[in-house]
Amino acid sequence: MKKPLKKIIVFILSAAVLIGAFDLIQRLLTPKYVDGIVEGAFVKEYYAEEMDHDVLFVGDCEVYENFSPVTLWEKYGINSYIRGSAEQYIFQSYYLLEDAFLYEKPKVVVFNIQSLQFDYSRSEAYNRMSIEGMRWSKYKVGSIYASMTEEESFIEYVFPILRYHSRWSELTKDDFKYLFSQPTVTHNGYYMRVDAKPAGSFPAVKPLGDYSFSERAWSYLYRIVEACRRNGSELILIKAPSLYPHWYDEWDDEVKEYAASEGLRYINFLEHTDEIGLDYSTDTYDGGLHLNLYGAEKCADWLGNILSTEYGLADRRSDSHLAAVWAEKIEAYNAEIAAQKVKYGIE
Amino acid sequence: MEELLRILSDMHPDVDFETEEHLIDDAVLDSLDIVGLITEISESFDVTITARDIIPDNFNSAKAMYALIERLQNE
Amino acid sequence: MVFTSYEFLGFLAVLLLLYYLAPKKLRPPLLLVGSLVFYFFAGAKFLIYISVTAVTVWAAGLVIGKNLEAQSEYIKAHKAELSQEEKKAFRDREKRKRKLWLALCLLLNLGILAAVKYTNFAIANINGLFGTKLGFITVAVPLGISYYTFMAIGYLVDVFRGTVKAEKSLWRFALFVSFFPHVIQGPISRYGDMSDSLFAGNGFDRDRFFRGLERVLWGFFKKLVIADRIFIAVGRIIGDSGKFQGPYILIGMLLYTVELYADFTGGIDITIGVAQMFGVEVKENFMRPYFSTSLKEYWRRWHITMCSWFRDYLFYPVSTSRSMGRFTKFTKKHFGQKAGKRIPVYVSSFIVWFSTGLWHGASWNFIVWGLLNWAILMVSEELEPLYGGFHKRLPGTNGSGYRVFMILRTFLLITVMNLFDCYATLGETIGSLASIFRASAWTGFSAAALGLSVSDWAVIAVGCAVMLAVSLLSVKKGVRERLAEKPYALRFAVFALLFAATVVVGVYGVGYDSSQFIYTRF
Repeated sequence: MKKPLKKIIVFILSAAVLIGAFDLIQRLLTPKYVDGIVEGAFVKEYYAEEMDHDVLFVGDCEVYENFSPVTLWEKYGINSYIRGSAEQYIFQSYYLLEDAFLYEKPKVVVFNIQSLQFDYSRSEAYNRMSIEGMRWSKYKVGSIYASMTEEESFIEYVFPILRYHSRWSELTKDDFKYLFSQPTVTHNGYYMRVDAKPAGSFPAVKPLGDYSFSERAWSYLYRIVEACRRNGSELILIKAPSLYPHWYDEWDDEVKEYAASEGLRYINFLEHTDEIGLDYSTDTYDGGLHLNLYGAEKCADWLGNILSTEYGLADRRSDSHLAAVWAEKIEAYNAEIAAQKVKYGIE
Repeated sequence: MEELLRILSDMHPDVDFETEEHLIDDAVLDSLDIVGLITEISESFDVTITARDIIPDNFNSAKAMYALIERLQNE
Repeated sequence: MVFTSYEFLGFLAVLLLLYYLAPKKLRPPLLLVGSLVFYFFAGAKFLIYISVTAVTVWAAGLVIGKNLEAQSEYIKAHKAELSQEEKKAFRDREKRKRKLWLALCLLLNLGILAAVKYTNFAIANINGLFGTKLGFITVAVPLGISYYTFMAIGYLVDVFRGTVKAEKSLWRFALFVSFFPHVIQGPISRYGDMSDSLFAGNGFDRDRFFRGLERVLWGFFKKLVIADRIFIAVGRIIGDSGKFQGPYILIGMLLYTVELYADFTGGIDITIGVAQMFGVEVKENFMRPYFSTSLKEYWRRWHITMCSWFRDYLFYPVSTSRSMGRFTKFTKKHFGQKAGKRIPVYVSSFIVWFSTGLWHGASWNFIVWGLLNWAILMVSEELEPLYGGFHKRLPGTNGSGYRVFMILRTFLLITVMNLFDCYATLGETIGSLASIFRASAWTGFSAAALGLSVSDWAVIAVGCAVMLAVSLLSVKKGVRERLAEKPYALRFAVFALLFAATVVVGVYGVGYDSSQFIYTRF
């Protein structure tokens, strides 16, 4: 072999080994979100989908725990997905929506406006769980820059090992088991809980000095509205049902006013508790903060009715391919219900 | 030269100054020795050694030191 | 921009790329631009300080250099006409001129250093002494001012002495003073040692480049894996001198001595390595200092460039000065030949160690630390004949066992003295030291209070073992030279391992300075 050629081969080989080893170590050290805190896995799971959804939910825990896409399918033949993550901030929702528009144009987008109350990210942890799972695009970059707290660096999103290297001394079996692929933890973005904990009493509502949302938060809502128009999606603003943290009437009025001025539909689920049939003694798993399976199915049912009657979303249950896909999903759904019932000792 | 060697061996009787060529580099003489040495040389040879002359090249061997003394005497 | 930041690594990558893409002639100016950018990020307003130093010292150097040249030309031209006395008179007259320039320039630059670094210390002392209530000034100390001022002064004195030629170009001199690898934390480079490689604009040399990179990596390993990890514990101990006493101090002192080594030598490794990647040679600052058998030897092997700076530019000038000569005559007359000769040396080194202490920081802690060094050095100097006799009579004092004993003894001494740069006040320092000997301070010890996990301790232990092994291997022949002779695959493996260890086990990033969310349910 000629000398320069050999040198080049050695160089390429060395670089390949180095990059390969780096990638392997990085995978090992990055959290797998399989057990315990599964919320970090949500965003990434979306990309495994067939991009053909009628409805896309966007928002925080109040969407991914309060609506069951399985119910929407089973009762109305609506193919939906929830792009939610823990305390997903409004700017993160905006970028996740734009990211989704790269792959599909859903007929309806449902956005939970609870995050209007935050102007900047309050925690690096939530940033991580919302952003890490995103595929690289200008929207991911945008989300990173919109979200980063002072202690964070962009490069730590490019190379998560720089963020998670300190996990080296706390690795578990799962880190090795799920090195290359992780199991799906949601049902079309829905995070299931079957246990129940009746709503109790909450701390007294503290009056706020200023009820207006920040300029920054508003600006991202405008961008969400604009993006939906651009992509031909109907936008529905919602305030999902949750007893705590408190949703102030003043806030509600602001949103109502804005929705009216833009000709948008705004549904405050807190005002429809009886119609939906929500019972906070059985339909929540954490005392009224988030709904459990039964609550989520009731909400989906109620909303599904609106979607199919008022928005004219067709029943697609006769689509044999889609039906087959959903049959599989429903099986997984029921299996988890059974497993959780055993876990929480129900029935 | 004999005078210089006498001064040197008074300071460090265990060193053979006639052959040693790395007095500074090998740290045989430290800075305190150097200052003492300069005081002695100044008295015995009537020359003024200033800080600018204190570089390893001038003090690494007895020969080099003697060359320095001769140079300063002629200045 | 500190070395251990993403910004620095990005800056370095960009500068390296530009440097080697630029034509040879443009490379040194590019280094100056890079250095100024680097310094700019440290604080834009500090640029004015370093510029004043660079410009004034350069100008004074030029004037002194020109005068020297003119002097020798004049004497050469008038060789025949001038008598020996006339020549000497002329030389003395010219020298006085040069001395004036030197003095003015030193006064200005040392004045700036003193003003920004020591004014508040002086005010505090005056207030303490006279009960006055003078207000403190608010001035931020420019980054690396102690280092670059000393480098500039060293250059000027060398020009005055005629050992280096005055630099004609201002930008070249500015590059020497502000060269980013050494401007913040040294070493205190000498113009004469550095100018050749610094201004050469050397082309890309693969071996040299990767050797530099290797050195940088080693520095990062020492800093991030060992020093910063130890700091977690040391920081806690120092931060609460009321709570952490007795055994904590003992452990803290030992840890701190290791941390100081890993931190400081690691930083210098990065400096030298980075400079090497640009083809610039920076002097070594350490030579396995903790293998020293005496304090005297330690100061030849630790922070070498600082010690030699004080030796060459303070100790020698003071101890060979004319007034010191008169003082020697005086002491000889009153204290006898032998003692009389030694007293002036002790006085000179007192001045040096006082200054060394003060240079480290504007507090009595450092001054006491400096004088402690002085006292121990002088006492051991006096006791040397005694030791000599002792060694002759006692068998085994030539063996390696005794050598190890001396090394450990010196290490322990350094460990105790290091305590002086931990606490802010002398009271805390001495109180903490004394608590080691107070039985009541030894109750209720808990290693967990130091904030390090078992795996952290394991990393520290392994890290120390690696540093020790590298030092031991380097005694006969440099460990990097040894490695260079090994097959490529092995060198590559060592490189990769060091890289992986630094990235994975290093203490940096969000995981270490915020609550680790992954383990707390929200």
